[in-house]
Amino acid sequence: MTAGARLVEGLAAFRMIAAMWIRSTMTYRFSFAMTLLANFVVNFFDFVVILLMFTHVEGLGGLAFAEVAFLYGATSTAFGLADLALGQVSRIGRRVRDGTLDTLLVRPAPVLAQVAADRFALRRLGRVTQGLFVFVWALVLVDIDWTVLKVLVVPMMVLSGAVIFGSVMVAGAAFQFWARDAAEVVNSFTYGGNTLLQYPPTIFAKDLVRGVTFVFPLAFVNWLPALYVLGRPYPVDLPAFTAFLPPLVAVLCALLAGACWRAGLRAYRSTGS
Amino acid sequence: MDFIELDDVRKVFDVRKKKGFLRRERHEVRAVDGISFTVPRGEMVGYIGPNGAGKSTTIKMLTGILTPSGGRVRVAGIDPSRERTRLAHRIGVVFGQRTTLWWDLPLIDSYKLAHRMYRIPDARFRANLERCVELLDLADLLAVPVRQLSLGQRMRGDIAAALLHDPEVLYLDEPTIGLDVVSKAKVREFLRDLNADAGTTVLLTTHDLQDIEQLCKRVMVIDHGRLMYDGALAGLHEVGESERTLVVDLERELPALEVPGARVVKVEGPRQWLAFPASASAAPLVTEIASAYPLVDLSVREPDIEAVIAKMYTDRAELG
Amino acid sequence: MRLYAAVAAGGFRRHATYRVATAAGVFTNTVFGFVLTFTFMALWDERPNLGGYDKPEALAYVWIGQALLATCGLMGGGGFAEELIERIKTGDVAIDLYRPADLQLWWLSADLGRAAFELLGRGIVPMAVGALAFDLALPDHAWQWPAFLVSVALGVVVGFAIWFLVALSAFWLMDGAGVVQIAWLCGLFFSGMLLPLTVFPGVLGDVARVLPWASMLQVPADVFLGKHTGWGLLEAYGFQAGWAVVLLAAGRGLQLVARRRVVVQGG
Repeated sequence: MTAGARLVEGLAAFRMIAAMWIRSTMTYRFSFAMTLLANFVVNFFDFVVILLMFTHVEGLGGLAFAEVAFLYGATSTAFGLADLALGQVSRIGRRVRDGTLDTLLVRPAPVLAQVAADRFALRRLGRVTQGLFVFVWALVLVDIDWTVLKVLVVPMMVLSGAVIFGSVMVAGAAFQFWARDAAEVVNSFTYGGNTLLQYPPTIFAKDLVRGVTFVFPLAFVNWLPALYVLGRPYPVDLPAFTAFLPPLVAVLCALLAGACWRAGLRAYRSTGS
Repeated sequence: MDFIELDDVRKVFDVRKKKGFLRRERHEVRAVDGISFTVPRGEMVGYIGPNGAGKSTTIKMLTGILTPSGGRVRVAGIDPSRERTRLAHRIGVVFGQRTTLWWDLPLIDSYKLAHRMYRIPDARFRANLERCVELLDLADLLAVPVRQLSLGQRMRGDIAAALLHDPEVLYLDEPTIGLDVVSKAKVREFLRDLNADAGTTVLLTTHDLQDIEQLCKRVMVIDHGRLMYDGALAGLHEVGESERTLVVDLERELPALEVPGARVVKVEGPRQWLAFPASASAAPLVTEIASAYPLVDLSVREPDIEAVIAKMYTDRAELG
Repeated sequence: MRLYAAVAAGGFRRHATYRVATAAGVFTNTVFGFVLTFTFMALWDERPNLGGYDKPEALAYVWIGQALLATCGLMGGGGFAEELIERIKTGDVAIDLYRPADLQLWWLSADLGRAAFELLGRGIVPMAVGALAFDLALPDHAWQWPAFLVSVALGVVVGFAIWFLVALSAFWLMDGAGVVQIAWLCGLFFSGMLLPLTVFPGVLGDVARVLPWASMLQVPADVFLGKHTGWGLLEAYGFQAGWAVVLLAAGRGLQLVARRRVVVQGG
């Protein structure tokens, strides 16, 4: 089967299973409403921290409030999109442990699609919505000398960022085929990464910034492109074109994550646990 | 043509055992250790053995969940581990202890999902659903959320879900585990009809030997990853040197009877138990006893397969 | 009493078996500790003495938070709430309710055992890493350490009492996911996990400091940093113990009502 056909099949399976889960959660309406609200609020919390900080200071790491909000909105929206589509893959460890992964393997659909749609919940819309809300707000507030290129960078940044985060989630899930109980390690790269990127790179140690630029390329989610749009310097010296690299980095991450996933599934199928 | 083919199939797991605080010892476990068999289309086969014998591992290799470490597996000409999704359209799997139904949704919703996921043509789907609903008595359950079904009802629901796409082979892993007598009977009856009418090949693993006795002409016994026996159910008795028991009620208490071809294993008042080889006929014994002793009543007890298999295991353990 | 000690020991051992999960948790806590340290540094560089803390104190606060995150059940009741909710949903809780042991005490003992393990297994390493990597304010006097531990223990009990209430709500809601989320949010926000409650402005800060969640991080951290001494320390303990008693009593009441209407879901 070609990769294209598999993708179509995977998306179809994702849609079908996600729809089933949405209907399942609707059987507990009260809980659904509560979780939707909670999800919206919890995401708002990290932003409240930033708001609280700005009740005490004028700027963080040389950036004004609107600029930090811009960084925050960009990464949160990207993360929210990735989480909506792929966040559930982190449950793979549990499925391996209780043996229910086997029931997915006998269905005629790609396992990744089935796992991604596993317990799909509309409440996850809370995260994207909140991120998008702050992002739009920041775009209104922030003072940018808009050029065509900068306008183009904005959607490119969010979409590439979502793919990078999604790749981290899939690679992290694949890692759980070997270390079943290590789901939390993945959280430090996904949730931790998201938290990191909500703040300006200038407040972090240079080595940390280098690390997430060259080794673990989270910086391409928003730091590099966003600082270009804002017209601010990046704390690590890099050529200007790096601001436009996110799509390329995203594709590389996705390919790598796909390879990890296949290797993980292969390992599961040869060890059975 | 043989529908399922296994040729010297092996599956080796690396198991890490904790030894002390951090030290771990690795050792190999041969879950399946060179199994070969074939199953022709339309046969119904029982696959039995104690826990950890390799039953589930075999089923997992047949369904493409696990990749064999060695040997060759073909189901309908397909290599399961390489073409898992293509094979999925042609097989049905029921895991006795894990439902694939949607817990919080009405039963019918699980079937609707199968309809779309397996891309079953509408007319086909309707016909199959109708048939399953009728034979498995599901009409009143379709609108009920799965979590409210009893274990037996859920198992029937699971079996129907595995059959909607007309699989050529159905694998059942412990299909009657935990079911009450009525549900067991219903499930067995359905499987028998399915095999007879639709010609579906059925491979079932079970702990319940009645399943095998009532359903399968052929049985395979596996232990320690090896096939111990493959053949007719009746033949299993010969291999296991099993014995049938003749229970005779006499007019009065007598010393142990002396009958050629049988030996008394127990005496209790006027009742005596005589064991004779399962392969021999009971008729000459009965004639012999009736002519020589004051016989009131008698009955023949079939051997317990469980005991037969247990005997096979102990024999093998003594040899190995 | 013996029984509950055994249950607590069981809770400790049970969590001690999850070695990989513990290591993973330590790693995550450490990573978050680093990220938050830098944000706090940026904040305290601009505003030294914000919220009554100097910079080493503020940074110590970050790592205390990471050390207590799992211990005080700030991230979802250490899994016990989820487990209890599952038992309520499946009806297994009926067995627990008719056991000769008390439901609340049983789970409290297990949770204390869990917390003890999490403090040792997940608390010490991040704290040590933080202290090595950054200049943290550590207690000046030896007595502050046991004082801190007492405060943590009280915080654990308050945390348990809250999660017990949350779990019992499943008797009426059948699916506790929503309430769990709300409880988790409140814990995150009002415990001082995001920012010290002393930094919260105006009325929000005043309210946050008297809510039960303050017992789970803000108060233990202040005890650690030597902000409560003498009578002040007793007052802090009194605040925590007061909430513990009130919330445990509420849980007891709810348990009595729940017992009268044990619903067993079809199965």
